[in-house]
Amino acid sequence: MNRFMLFIHKTGSPPWFYNFSGKLLPWTWGVFLVLLVAGLYLGLVKAPPDYLQGESARIMYIHVPSAYMSMMIYALMAVMGVIGLVWHVRMAEIMMISSAPIGAIFTAIALATGSLWGRPTWGTYWVWDARLTSELVLLFLYLGVIGLYAAYDEPRKAARAAALLALVGVVNLPIIHYSVTWWNTLHQPPSLTSEGSAIHPSMLVPLLIMVVAWKFFYISNLLVRTRLRLIEQDQRKRWVHHILSGADR
Amino acid sequence: MHPTRKRRLIGVLVILAGVAIAASITLVSLQQNMLFFVSPSDIEEQNLPVGREFRLGGLVTPGSVSRADDGLMVQFEINDGVDSVTVKFDGILPDLFREGQGVIARGQLESHEVFVAHEVLAKHDENYMPPEVADALEEKGMHVVPSSGEREG
Repeated sequence: MNRFMLFIHKTGSPPWFYNFSGKLLPWTWGVFLVLLVAGLYLGLVKAPPDYLQGESARIMYIHVPSAYMSMMIYALMAVMGVIGLVWHVRMAEIMMISSAPIGAIFTAIALATGSLWGRPTWGTYWVWDARLTSELVLLFLYLGVIGLYAAYDEPRKAARAAALLALVGVVNLPIIHYSVTWWNTLHQPPSLTSEGSAIHPSMLVPLLIMVVAWKFFYISNLLVRTRLRLIEQDQRKRWVHHILSGADR
Repeated sequence: MHPTRKRRLIGVLVILAGVAIAASITLVSLQQNMLFFVSPSDIEEQNLPVGREFRLGGLVTPGSVSRADDGLMVQFEINDGVDSVTVKFDGILPDLFREGQGVIARGQLESHEVFVAHEVLAKHDENYMPPEVADALEEKGMHVVPSSGEREG
């Protein structure tokens, strides 16, 4: 067995995952904090205001990374859901359901900050255009996944039902992404594309730092939530007793 | 691959394909309704009747804005490079409203050339730049006033 497959199989073992993630966490939180401070300082203090929008353009440093994360986490949730559905890997199921609240919060942040930006820029807090509506649908999908999971007593069954909903909701992701190019919307087309950036470098650097910072927040928060869920589900198992009695860590 | 896992994987793919097909059919059939606004040349094309509520989007024609001496009444022209429509609006315009700016007005046609709006929104484009850069571009004679909504047609 090569080293990669060995790593995948080890990750599937709760005690190994618990120990490994415990060692990883200080580093991921640390990187997140450094990037957060750097990104916020550069974005909110150092970066210039926009020539048209003025200071309200700074909302972008929170809004854009949050919107990215809302979609990325959903995609990852669906992938972990499929791994759970097809291979019945318990760790994938637990990580899937642990991702849902993080994704829901990023979606809510993207909607709220977008709304606060829309008032001074567009002249309205909300419009029912294709981009805004599909992002709102994403929030409801997250809440649906969380709710469906909570409706079952048995965690493995709950995960399978939630994974199915996560899978069906994937169809919304391309709709969100392409809504601004398929239809005319109030929301502008993307500033960052594979062809380049329509954002001046002085604003682009803090934005990219924040994008990476949010990814580290997701990793850290996901590990914490997954560990808690493992302890909770396995509370009668010996490895948990071993850890809780303080034998190591 | 184990036969049961293979069967489950096929099941997952069938669900994905089914949902994707259903969503595409729905979106294609809703094409017209998914459009947030119509452009001035669409009015002629779609034969939009006088008195029906819709959103009109395009660029504010430079030099067309005129304000009433008393009150908030403002009149301007929206164009899409082909046709233009006169818009009347009695209210507060968004801060980003200016000549050359992309705007979306909600209201109805009063006659075939005049649109009465009860809400005007400014459309922002994807460009972000510091004021100095915008000034420098302007000095070089480059057009920096946004032209949003035109890129994707």
